[in-house]
Amino acid sequence: MSIFLSNMPEYAAMILFGIGLSNLMLAKNLIKKIIGLNIMDTSVFLFLAAKGYVDNTIAPIVTVSDLGHIDSALYTNPVPAGLVLTGIVVSVSVTAVLLSIVVRLNEEFHTLDIDEIIRILRKRDREDLQ
Amino acid sequence: MNKQKRDRVYAVLCTVLTLIFIAVMLFMVGELPPLGRADNPDINEVVEFYMEEGPEETGALNAVTGMILHYRAFDTLGESCVLFVSAVCVFILLRIDGEASNDTLVAIDRRYEPTGDPILTQTFKVLVPAVFMFGIYITMNGHLSPGGGFSGGAIIGAGLLLFLNAYGLEKTERFMTSGLHRRITALALCFYAIAKSYTFYTGANGLKSFESAGTPGAILSAGLILPLNICVAIVVAMTIYSMYIMLRKGGFNK
Repeated sequence: MSIFLSNMPEYAAMILFGIGLSNLMLAKNLIKKIIGLNIMDTSVFLFLAAKGYVDNTIAPIVTVSDLGHIDSALYTNPVPAGLVLTGIVVSVSVTAVLLSIVVRLNEEFHTLDIDEIIRILRKRDREDLQ
Repeated sequence: MNKQKRDRVYAVLCTVLTLIFIAVMLFMVGELPPLGRADNPDINEVVEFYMEEGPEETGALNAVTGMILHYRAFDTLGESCVLFVSAVCVFILLRIDGEASNDTLVAIDRRYEPTGDPILTQTFKVLVPAVFMFGIYITMNGHLSPGGGFSGGAIIGAGLLLFLNAYGLEKTERFMTSGLHRRITALALCFYAIAKSYTFYTGANGLKSFESAGTPGAILSAGLILPLNICVAIVVAMTIYSMYIMLRKGGFNK
C-alpha cells in the first residue's frame, strides 16, 4: 500500500496510457483516435516528470551567489525536463500532420468514420474491376 | 460472421488486451523505487555533472537550458527540424493552389472569416503588448530563469493567432507573408546549424572559439545560448502560425 501511495503519479500515468491506447483502438472517429494518441503522449510526459521529482528540492536554476559551490542535492533532476521537451515537440508535430490528413480524408469521403471510409474504398475497387 | 458480431469480438479483444497491458505495467511500476528519494538510481553522476559543472561551463544559470542548448544542442536542432518538416508536410497536404474555384473554397469553409468580433478585438487591444512582450521576455531570459525558445515561441505564436482571429488574414498579411515566413524560418535553422557546427568543430579539435561563458547572470552571457534561443523561438512561432493558417485557410494569400 505504501508503494502505491508513494508511486501514485506513475500508476496514474500507466492507467492514462491504457485509456489512450484503448481509445486509439476502439474509437471509430478519426479525431477521437488522435485524441487517444495525445492522451498516451501526455501519460508518458507525466511518467517522465514524476521520475525527475526529488523530495525537498527546488527547480534546477542556480543563483549567481551559488556559483562556485553548487550542491546538486538541492535541485531536482534536470534531465527529464529536456526529455519531456523533445517529447512535446514530436507530439505536436505528429498531431498536426495527422489532423491535416484527416482534413484531406474528410474532403474526399465526407465522413470521419474509419469503417465508412474503408467501405467506400472497397466499393470503388469493385467498381473499378467491373 | 456478420459485421456487427465481428465488431463486438474486436471490441472485446481490444479491451482485454488493454486490461492485460495495464495490469502488467502497474505490476512493473510497483517494482520501481519509491518516488522522490534522493538516492534513487536516476540521480546519478550525469545529474551531478549537469548541476555542478553546467552553470559555470555554459554560463547559463538555468541548468535545463544549458543542457539542451549547449551539451545537447544538436538534439534541439533536430527538434526544430522536426517542427519545420511537420509544417512542410501540413503545407503539402493542405495547400490550395490559386486556381481553385470559389465554390470549392466556400464548400470546404476555408474563406469564411468572422472578423471584427467585438469581444475578440477588445481583448486583443488589451492583451497584445502583454502577450508579445511576455513571449520575448521568456525567450531572452531562457538562460537566466524558467523558459526558453520553445515556451517563448509558443507564446508569440499564440499572440499571432489572436491577431489573426481578431482582425482577419488580410491585416495579418501586411507583415506575415509566406515569403517572410519561409525566409525567416530557413534563416533561423541555418544560423543554428552553422553556429553549432562551428562550436562543436572548434571544441572537438581544441581550437580557440570566440564563444565564452561570459559573466553568469548577465543578459548577454552564456555564449551562443541566447541567439540559439531566439532561433528556436522564431521556428516555433512560425510553425504554430503556419500550421494554424494551413488547417484553417489552406494557405497564405500572398
